[in-house]
Amino acid sequence: MIDILAFLKELISAPGISGYESGVRPLIEKAWEPITDKLSISRLGSLHGFQQGTGPEPRPSILVAAHMDAIGLMVNAIIDGFLRVTSIGGIDTRVLPGQMVTVHGRRDLPGMIVPVPARLLPSSVQSTVVQLEYLLVDVGLLPEEVISLVRVGDTISFAQPPIETAGETLVGHTLDDRAAIASLTHCLEILHSRPHIWDVWAVATVQEEITYAGALTSAFQLHPSLAVSLDVTFGSDPSSPSHLTFPMGKGPTLMRGPIVHPFLYKTINRLAEQLEIPLSVEPAPSYSATDSDAMLIVAEGIPNLVIGIPLRYMHTPVEMIALKDITRAGRLAAEFIAQLDENFMDKLIWED
Amino acid sequence: MAILTEEIHLPQIGDDQLKLLERLSNACAVSGDEGEVRKIVLEEVRPHADEVKVDALGNVMVSKHGSGERPLRVMLAAHMDEVGLMLTYDVGDGIYRFDTVGGVSTSDLPAKAIWVGKDHVPGVIGLKPLHLGNSDEHKRPVGLDDLRIDVGPVSGKVKVGDRATFATMFIRQGLSLRGKALDNRLGVATLIELVKHAPPQIELQAAFTVQEEIASRGARVAAFNFNPDMAIILDSTPAYDLPVWDVDENVRYNSRLGAGPAIYVADSGTLYDPRLVRYLIETAEAHGIPYQIRQPGGGGTDAGVIHKQRIGVPSVSVSVPGRYHHSPAAIVRLSDWQHTMDLVATALFYLTPKVLDGER
Repeated sequence: MIDILAFLKELISAPGISGYESGVRPLIEKAWEPITDKLSISRLGSLHGFQQGTGPEPRPSILVAAHMDAIGLMVNAIIDGFLRVTSIGGIDTRVLPGQMVTVHGRRDLPGMIVPVPARLLPSSVQSTVVQLEYLLVDVGLLPEEVISLVRVGDTISFAQPPIETAGETLVGHTLDDRAAIASLTHCLEILHSRPHIWDVWAVATVQEEITYAGALTSAFQLHPSLAVSLDVTFGSDPSSPSHLTFPMGKGPTLMRGPIVHPFLYKTINRLAEQLEIPLSVEPAPSYSATDSDAMLIVAEGIPNLVIGIPLRYMHTPVEMIALKDITRAGRLAAEFIAQLDENFMDKLIWED
Repeated sequence: MAILTEEIHLPQIGDDQLKLLERLSNACAVSGDEGEVRKIVLEEVRPHADEVKVDALGNVMVSKHGSGERPLRVMLAAHMDEVGLMLTYDVGDGIYRFDTVGGVSTSDLPAKAIWVGKDHVPGVIGLKPLHLGNSDEHKRPVGLDDLRIDVGPVSGKVKVGDRATFATMFIRQGLSLRGKALDNRLGVATLIELVKHAPPQIELQAAFTVQEEIASRGARVAAFNFNPDMAIILDSTPAYDLPVWDVDENVRYNSRLGAGPAIYVADSGTLYDPRLVRYLIETAEAHGIPYQIRQPGGGGTDAGVIHKQRIGVPSVSVSVPGRYHHSPAAIVRLSDWQHTMDLVATALFYLTPKVLDGER
């Protein structure tokens, strides 16, 4: 069995901001190689892992997506050895001052997003949140060294090391969505030793945070009968409204809303009940904010299902997740896939 | 001044000194709870001191006797404490409210990893996800009331009253060093070396002080107890040598990295003794040690209470310049630390009571 904690710590320590996922992909390939029949890389860089089903041809197939890209920053100017930056993905600027980063220059450089002294800012912004345009990264090197090692356009990753916190929780950056990569890996591992009629495509998608380009193109290329997104969702924390969040450590969430096919929702909900996997229902009135928003509308349309893993402090470098929820989400996906029979697509109807 | 500098064995910063600074930086010693650093200091100075004691407030008081009838009593002070947090209320399930200790900026707190208590229990200060706030929420600065410490969903791992610091591991970065609490573990590490290399002609009174960040309480009683003839305070002063937002000339840098030790003339607590300021400048110039004058202005050091103790103590402060003090990490230059050590060690080596001749 793959040690989920060790694997996840390795995953979140690897770079791979949206559009530049090649740093993390080899780690996933290595983990999937022994538990898939075939691996390939899409034209945009998503990783496709294939497990052949036992059913007669033409077999239906299911695509399970988890995105491997991370939010991060990019260098957009160099001034006297300091870097000005722009963000890749949604980042609350308030988390940035004092944050440790890795600047992926000609070599990796440890850097720090500095709390810029108020005296060096325009007086109009001194008592407000310091906007991204005024923040600087200090790599501790002399200006001439910086010029030779860093270029405008270089990517920057968060460098917060993984921390094991109490109650079997893990803290780190990019648990959104590498935790779901770990779930998906757990799912593949279960299905590897368990017969399943359907073909399974595990996809580690690229660029979810910005464009959904990975999910769109892989879903088109693989043309699955059904698609599932494994993604993180909002874990209840002391500062977030309870009606918009889900308890951490109390099981995955199942999304309900226009992105999710009601029959799929019903089927997996019933299955979770039988298996005694605890669940929360996550209402999503318009969007899922996952790869499923893209996969739903690929080609002639694909019925989707979204499984969420509650995560505290999303899109900060100190996201927190419960390990149990990661394995539960993976197991739920695996059990769902294992029970899909040859005729499942015929049963997938609108019960109007 | 033709001086044979080879006679002086200046303390050199090598692997041992860097390792010691790393230990000191990674240790947690929020004002009022300096035990972890005190332990390291005691361990380091004991074999080299004539007297060592821990006083009523927790200062480590180290004496090295000088030769002669009545050697000049020179107090050297470096504060052991750092700014940080204290847990103030147990919300339950591993969530705590907290307050700041010393000058911690609330804007540095969101989404940081921390260490809580003597066992460095890991935790975080989270922030509500951007997605869940209303449209302009992320434009408002966070307040302490918006923030909680989270050590994971288990009760009893930490306690109300425990202190917390940023969880930052010390690293070397080219010519620079990065770590938390370099204000003032740099001063502590420097003073440890000076105790090990004390010159024979003076009575060296090394005070590793407590509670500097919250009113310099330690230094006040340390100076009373030592009753020195003069004092040199070792600290780390902010370097604001960053680009100004519009890339105009930065004329409010306070101090600059790479420009050598920062000698104080005036800050909000002390008008430094001109005789000692002059002596340090002359020493630096005579020995080719780079130095800078810290821009006069706000801020302060333990000198603020030391120079007003008893009948008055002529004082001067010397700092290693450092960027981003009181935040998760400071960045300093190794050369500035070495030159600070060089300057103070050389100044002590040639120091005679004559330095205080004449009226102030």
